[in-house]
Amino acid sequence: MTTVARSERLRGLVGRPELTALAGAIAVFLFFVVTAGDSGFLTSQGTVNYLEVAAQLGIIAVFVTLLMIAGEFDLSVGSMLGAAGVIVAYTATELAWPLWAALLIAIVASALVGLLNGYLVIRTGLPSFIVTLAALFILRGATIALTRLATDGSTQVGGVDAATQGDPLRGLLAGEVFGVPAAVFWWLALTAFATVVLAKTRFGNWIFGVGGDSEAARKLGVPVARVKIALFVLTAVSAALVASIGVLDNGAADVQQGQLKEFQAITASVIGGTLLTGGFGTAVGTAFGALIFGMVSQGLFFTGVDADWFQAFLGGMLLAAVLVNRYVQRRAREVR
Amino acid sequence: MTEAGPARRAIVELREIRKSFGHVTAVNGVTLHVYPGQVTCLVGDNGAGKSTLIQILAGVHRPDGGELAVDGEPATFRAPRDALERGISTVFQDLAMIPLISIVRNFFLGREPSRSVGPLKLVDWREAARIAAEQMTRIGIDVRDLSQPVGTLSGGERQSVAIARAIHFGARVLVLDEPTSALGLKEAGRVLEHIRNARDHGIGIVFISHNLTHAWEVGDRFVVLNRGTSYGEFERDRLTKEELRAMMEGRSR
Repeated sequence: MTTVARSERLRGLVGRPELTALAGAIAVFLFFVVTAGDSGFLTSQGTVNYLEVAAQLGIIAVFVTLLMIAGEFDLSVGSMLGAAGVIVAYTATELAWPLWAALLIAIVASALVGLLNGYLVIRTGLPSFIVTLAALFILRGATIALTRLATDGSTQVGGVDAATQGDPLRGLLAGEVFGVPAAVFWWLALTAFATVVLAKTRFGNWIFGVGGDSEAARKLGVPVARVKIALFVLTAVSAALVASIGVLDNGAADVQQGQLKEFQAITASVIGGTLLTGGFGTAVGTAFGALIFGMVSQGLFFTGVDADWFQAFLGGMLLAAVLVNRYVQRRAREVR
Repeated sequence: MTEAGPARRAIVELREIRKSFGHVTAVNGVTLHVYPGQVTCLVGDNGAGKSTLIQILAGVHRPDGGELAVDGEPATFRAPRDALERGISTVFQDLAMIPLISIVRNFFLGREPSRSVGPLKLVDWREAARIAAEQMTRIGIDVRDLSQPVGTLSGGERQSVAIARAIHFGARVLVLDEPTSALGLKEAGRVLEHIRNARDHGIGIVFISHNLTHAWEVGDRFVVLNRGTSYGEFERDRLTKEELRAMMEGRSR
């Protein structure tokens, strides 16, 4: 009898890791309502602020989650974001390309980086942690060096606003609806898309299979290499999307843009219930993870607490999330 | 080795199969038949050459000598896919199961029934679960909730799901690698029952075991291996359990 009850409970947990993240998001929200509710956290501006931060992380994190479920990491997304931002800004201003061409070249470049990441991981058999860590440094270093070369020593490329004035694509990336920035809609749409992919498609099942046991998946006919490479490409392109949104929002690109994004994305995924060991996770959980990140990063400001505590707070949440995940995973692997 | 009963044709026939790895002869002149609705037991101690023979049947290794025939015609398996296409499905000991995903997702992994909607291939998991449940009921597996993760299943239950999966995807011959070796008494009994049910549905089964009792319980014919060579292929009614034991222990008949 107890085994049935335990198995039911386990199934509840394993099936719904996003519930833990939802509970965490509610707790964080209430925490700031109590500590900072009257200082602007609850205003529409305060809400938009943390939603925007959450969205810019969440767009990348949702693809990082898919990749992690498939058993791989991408530590190069932050550097990719910086590189893609400079590409968009430079081609749109210095080269005076139309915005669509600037965006297209950034997407193509990021897709190539993703392809290369995936190809190297598959061909060398090295952990993606190492391959993409190398990509993190190579991309960042090349971005800084090339930007300086191209701009006579500057690490920023500005003038994007003037160059893209009146372009209809601007609204799609940096516009607002009822004061809510476009990034938030991209975030929600991509989270919904990833949820459908995982829950309802063949490719989604392959992602779980590849991450759960790639050898078993291969034996059953799943094209393991194709699945992983496709996810590396999507992840890199998501960084280019966030880079484009950022450049159009700020009117400029900075070579240091996106630093630590790779770890923040992993943090959002793990808080959302994704296992570091692969084979398990949800897009909705990650969205709540990103929301927590956004609320904490903006909320501390409203509480008057020194914002330096932000990272310590986040680290604590990450540790707690990992402990919960490990508990769930252990129960799932137990044989009745 | 004349045939008893109606002149049925073997689905798979191995004749005088030989296979060496370097200087080591793993299998030396083994003959084996698999008939529809029969269980062919491949028994022998560790290192007797059972695994090599399985891998030849599964298309992982190619024999150095001898003949392999499917439906009476000579066949060559260049890759596991070739064996699968001829309806020969091997359930290896690791079962190729993903513990963290549901039974139904495991059941269809790599071969999900789907319809295209734009670039997406959508899977109706509810319908898939219905199909899987039907298949499992057919070979007598007690179906609980197919949405629970495979990790919550016992070893025997996983074995049963793997068998049902292989049958569903068109296995005419099911090669089972030590399916009962890691199981308790009750669980092993249940898996043997599924094997009998599959046999009754006309599937030819190759049952690999080093457990005399389990083999004797379900076997219709026996091939006994000892250090790569075969004592021969025996139909059940030409053999006693004692004789089988003697051969398995390396004493001749």
